[in-house]
Amino acid sequence: MLPGDFGQAILGQAALPETVAAFRQELGLDKPAYIRYFDWALGAIQGDLGTSFSGRNASGADRSAEVVDKIAPRLWNTLFLASMAALIAVPLSLILGILTALYRNSFFDRSVNTATLTTISFPEFFVAYILILFFASLNQIFPSLANVDPDTNFGERIYRTALPAFTLTLVIVAHMMRMTRAAIINLLASPYIQMAKLSGASQTEIILKHALPNAWAPIATVIAFNLAYLVVGVVVVEVVFVYPGVGQLMVDAVRTRDIPVVQGCALIFAVTYILLNLIADIIGIVTNPRLLHPK
Amino acid sequence: MKDKFIKAQQEKLTLGAIDRRQFMTTAIAAGIAIPTALSLASDAIAATPKKGGKFRMGLGHGSTTDTLDSGTSENHFTLVNGYTFGNHLTEINNEGKLVGELAETFESDDGKTWVFNLRKGVEFHNGKTMTSEDVLASYEHHMGEKSTSAAKGSLSPVKSIKADGKYKVIMELDSPDTDFPYIVSDYHISIRPAGDMTSGVGTGGYIVQSFEPGVKSVLKRNPNYWKEGAAHFDEVELLSIVDPNARQTALISGEIDAMDRVDLKTINLMKRNPNINIMQATGTAHYTFPMRLNVDPFGDYDLRMALKWAVDRQELVDKILLGYGAVGNDIPIGTANYFHNSDLPQREFDADKAAFHYKKSGHSGKIQLSAADAAFAGAVDAAQLMANSAKKAGIDIEVIREPNDGYWSNVWNNDAKGWCACYWGGRPAETMMFSAAYVAESKWNDTMWKTTDSAVKFNQLVKDARKELDESKKRDILYECQRLIYDDGGLLCPLFNSYVSANSKKIAHGKIAANWDSDGAKCVERWWFA
Repeated sequence: MLPGDFGQAILGQAALPETVAAFRQELGLDKPAYIRYFDWALGAIQGDLGTSFSGRNASGADRSAEVVDKIAPRLWNTLFLASMAALIAVPLSLILGILTALYRNSFFDRSVNTATLTTISFPEFFVAYILILFFASLNQIFPSLANVDPDTNFGERIYRTALPAFTLTLVIVAHMMRMTRAAIINLLASPYIQMAKLSGASQTEIILKHALPNAWAPIATVIAFNLAYLVVGVVVVEVVFVYPGVGQLMVDAVRTRDIPVVQGCALIFAVTYILLNLIADIIGIVTNPRLLHPK
Repeated sequence: MKDKFIKAQQEKLTLGAIDRRQFMTTAIAAGIAIPTALSLASDAIAATPKKGGKFRMGLGHGSTTDTLDSGTSENHFTLVNGYTFGNHLTEINNEGKLVGELAETFESDDGKTWVFNLRKGVEFHNGKTMTSEDVLASYEHHMGEKSTSAAKGSLSPVKSIKADGKYKVIMELDSPDTDFPYIVSDYHISIRPAGDMTSGVGTGGYIVQSFEPGVKSVLKRNPNYWKEGAAHFDEVELLSIVDPNARQTALISGEIDAMDRVDLKTINLMKRNPNINIMQATGTAHYTFPMRLNVDPFGDYDLRMALKWAVDRQELVDKILLGYGAVGNDIPIGTANYFHNSDLPQREFDADKAAFHYKKSGHSGKIQLSAADAAFAGAVDAAQLMANSAKKAGIDIEVIREPNDGYWSNVWNNDAKGWCACYWGGRPAETMMFSAAYVAESKWNDTMWKTTDSAVKFNQLVKDARKELDESKKRDILYECQRLIYDDGGLLCPLFNSYVSANSKKIAHGKIAANWDSDGAKCVERWWFA
């Protein structure tokens, strides 16, 4: 359980027992936990995520915002950054994965593996700082602050989010690329590939036409996993680049015990995760029609 | 070598650490001809501010819960933003002196009835002329039964407030307080047009264009600003950049022009950058370790004294503040305060005296000290260092590391913990600081120093000081108040921390105020591009 509550967190050093009590009553925190949970769940089913605690005061005036209004603009930012990172990372890792499978155990294979494993081994903030050092500090190519707002136009937005997107790319490429490579190499040992080889198909043809279609299921799962990570787990990158995303909002909300916002974020994260995994499963089934027919 | 020395002296002159005369003396002593020295001095003071430019500042605070209502302003971002678009009845200028702002003058015969004569012809950003009606509405916003303002407490002595014509406001206090005009300079009590307390319309030098909580505030110069020689930038962007590294990188790469709260661990790297100036101002903010007199064993005078002597303050300044601060002398009043009692001898680490008092107290066994970094950055380390130095005097301090969450509710000012780490931002007036945490009726009296003979005397003296209109008499009373805390109080105050900030060398400014970080939080209206 988290110690403290919204009243104590927001008042800090100025917290007096009576002010905290007034806050609790105002926010309904004096009700038992299960009642509060069912109230919230009932609202959430109807699409009402409730009202944020912040902006309220012990004595009445209410300047608080709907949870949806707090989350929506930031969720849009997060999705923008996630799509941008995904647009770079997914094709890159697929291509690298296929190429390394094609030229496995060559110098090219080993150097790509070493490079991607190196970037995934460092914590994200370190990768971010290194990129900032080279691309923002020493050579001022990209801005180190990704402070976008709703008025930022599309081109400017892409330019501003370049470094965070590269950071995320470097962090997730290894996982997807290695999975692609492994799935393909695994299939290359199967008898039907041997058959294709014996019938005279070229290496490229074998991989693209015969191996890859059967490898989509595990690759899709890993891609879904990484896309989910891009949406729910990039708080550190947001903080380093001062990007107004939903992760920062959730951290702020946890810090101030603004529980409706925490619940709203958690719900959205869970939905994202489940949806992406569902899509991965569907891709797995569609690319492998055998799974559609029970044995 | 000489150039470097003169340059350092020039910087000191700019920051106001030395005056023009001192600069001239050192420059001439260093072998500089008088005319050259004179021009160097003028360069440093850079007398004529220039207009124009877009000022971007990165601030280490800001949260998604921020608003434009000054009543709920609670961090340095809302503070700087508030001072940028709003004015107050009085202000503390960069010399640390209280002067009128929207009140041209203010006076009182008895300290009880205060008359504020408002400035004429001041316009709000929406075109409305500021009159006593707006001042009344602004004050009612902070005072009513239903008020949500954080200034409610400091305005509670105000019994009545009324207008006398369009440009005069009279406030009646329930007991005399000669420092009351300091209270109205509080950043919470911004003057807004009647009927609109929350949308960010003020009388300040800049007009809010857009405000995104926890992200940024964009402002543009108010062409009708009444204050002369202020608000020089055309446009302003205040950015909330909480991560210190991101803030520093943004300054180095030129994406912002100034930042607050430099990370002391990397300050030497920042200093090497030729385009950046580091500034420090030691103000009223201090780190304390309050001992609660109602919890054993801190009720014992000798034990308190033993602990006060057992702290190596200089070591704490060197290791916790990395030199950016000053030693404290167990009084909550710093050198930046006008009536700071400088006659009290500076307490230093003295193992013999500590051991002597400790023996006299008859205490044995461990003394528990609670600390968490929620109190101030480095609080746990500071507590360990104190335990270490106390060991040399034969005193056994056990440091208890508390969770950051709920620290202010469960550890600080709580009878379950007799001794803990704490932070105070300080107050511009001495009686305000005493009222906040040292008079008997304060709810934040974290030392519970209420019943000893000295404490009783102290409480009476604070009341006397509030009544006193004569400066030298007031000085005597306040000096005595400080002596009582110094000697008998439960306050162990080893450190006054400096505000350390950095800005691009393109920025020019006058003397830096020390009452808040960022030039008294008024850097936006005070600074300019050189």
